Amino acid sequence: MCVIVGLFAKSTEIEESLGRHLGTMLEQMSDRGPDSAGVAVYRDPAPSGSSKLTLFSADPLQDWEALGGELGQAFGGSPEPEVRSSHAVFVVEAEADDAEAWVRQMHPELRVMSAGQTIEIYKETGRPEEFVRRFALEDFHGTHALGHTRMATESRVTTEGSHPFSTGLDLCLVHNGSLSNHNRLREKLRREGIDFQTENDTEVAAGYLAWRLREGASLEQALEGCLDDLDGFYTFLVGTIDGFAVLRDPIACKPAVLAETDDWVAMGSEWRAISVLPGASEARAWEPAPGTVYAWERQKV
Amino acid sequence: MSAAAEATGAEVVDLAVTPLRELNQRLHNVTRDGGPAHWRIVNPNGAHAVAAGLDAEIEVEVDGHVGYYCAGMNKLATVRVHGNASTGLAENIMSGTVVVHGNASQSAAATGRGGLVVVYGDASARCGISMKGVDIVVRGSVGHLSAFMAQSGRLVVCGDAGDALGDSIYEARLYVRGEVGSLGADCIQKELRDEHVDEVRALLESAGIDDVNPEDFRRYGSARKLYNFSIDNASAY
Repeated sequence: MCVIVGLFAKSTEIEESLGRHLGTMLEQMSDRGPDSAGVAVYRDPAPSGSSKLTLFSADPLQDWEALGGELGQAFGGSPEPEVRSSHAVFVVEAEADDAEAWVRQMHPELRVMSAGQTIEIYKETGRPEEFVRRFALEDFHGTHALGHTRMATESRVTTEGSHPFSTGLDLCLVHNGSLSNHNRLREKLRREGIDFQTENDTEVAAGYLAWRLREGASLEQALEGCLDDLDGFYTFLVGTIDGFAVLRDPIACKPAVLAETDDWVAMGSEWRAISVLPGASEARAWEPAPGTVYAWERQKV
Repeated sequence: MSAAAEATGAEVVDLAVTPLRELNQRLHNVTRDGGPAHWRIVNPNGAHAVAAGLDAEIEVEVDGHVGYYCAGMNKLATVRVHGNASTGLAENIMSGTVVVHGNASQSAAATGRGGLVVVYGDASARCGISMKGVDIVVRGSVGHLSAFMAQSGRLVVCGDAGDALGDSIYEARLYVRGEVGSLGADCIQKELRDEHVDEVRALLESAGIDDVNPEDFRRYGSARKLYNFSIDNASAY
């Protein structure tokens, strides 16, 4: 089944309590996706010239402090890890591409969960309510966040196979559904220089979006391209540095509900996920039409 | 009458407090043991299977949005939802009436065999899929693949219908007032005769809709070309 949730803050109250609300939404949807859970949170932009990396280590004894020292030697400064369970976030004095490439080359045992100015991605196997506690979601403030609970169909239950998937800077994707042409499309995208870390179908969709955006498409154009180039069924929620967008395949097999108030925009696979938000009973709620892109962006300052 | 009864005499059940199974069990018990004729359910918060499987002449009002399969398999009862309904509203309804004052998600009244389902907002994709005798009245519009393989019953849509309306339809009668995105395989427009106007008028009346002219509808039904296997139609099967 899987579940997608998303929350976009329109007020400072919601920004300050973003993680708590997102955690409650995920817990509501635990029974639809008990295998694993994950979130992407957009918050605390790295200073200009710096970038933010979220790294995952399967080793519980991982020495993150030492890695910070190595990053400092490579790029300057003294990056301090912000450790959360199996993940750590570093602000590195380098462009995100360069920092990410360095980690992949020097520490192939680590996974780069996300790279960019503001994005942080955390994901793990296990029950969603356990994930919410383990990663202390209630601590997070932020401008917008996406979440996913997974009932695996297409590939193994691993941390790497959990959502969200990121294959571009500050870009991530969560998906409910399954794709049938992902193997061939993955090969095509590899030839275009897009890097994949798993055999998962959703990662291919994320890679497809990253490729289209790199080639100059707007987010809306890239999503509309999915309607032609992806075969399968899907409800997508895509996070960018400015906001998020929703797309359902033309047949619309997979559920989606959108709701909006003066304080927030929320997306959920079911109303149950949204019903826990403040003011939900007065929210304008609707079902997104198939094959139609819905997008919200923060006002650029 | 319980302490929870309102001044109006309705038995009130708060789903923020009462487990869903307990609510449905109490509603089912009315069939065997009798009980309150009027019920009011508050704080449904998108719960699934609210008031599913009823089999008694009772009235159930639900204040808020409901999840999947609300009022599924309904018999005799009247269920009114003052909010939106998720997938599979009144699935396989046998008799009675189910009314939604907001929107209904996909597959509303799917496989319904009798009774009346009214949606005052829009119903999305696959409304009335495989309907087998239920009457459906939608004040707004319906999504794609509505009345797919519809066998019998009537579907009245005051707004528009999405693509592939009535695909592979049998003998259900479809009435649409607005635009139809496209007709599905073997579904064609048919003449709207006086008896059909009367039929639409009666259905609108039973749905409590009095501001829509029954003469404004177009009728759709089966061309009856796909009923039996014909080698000439092999590509369409």
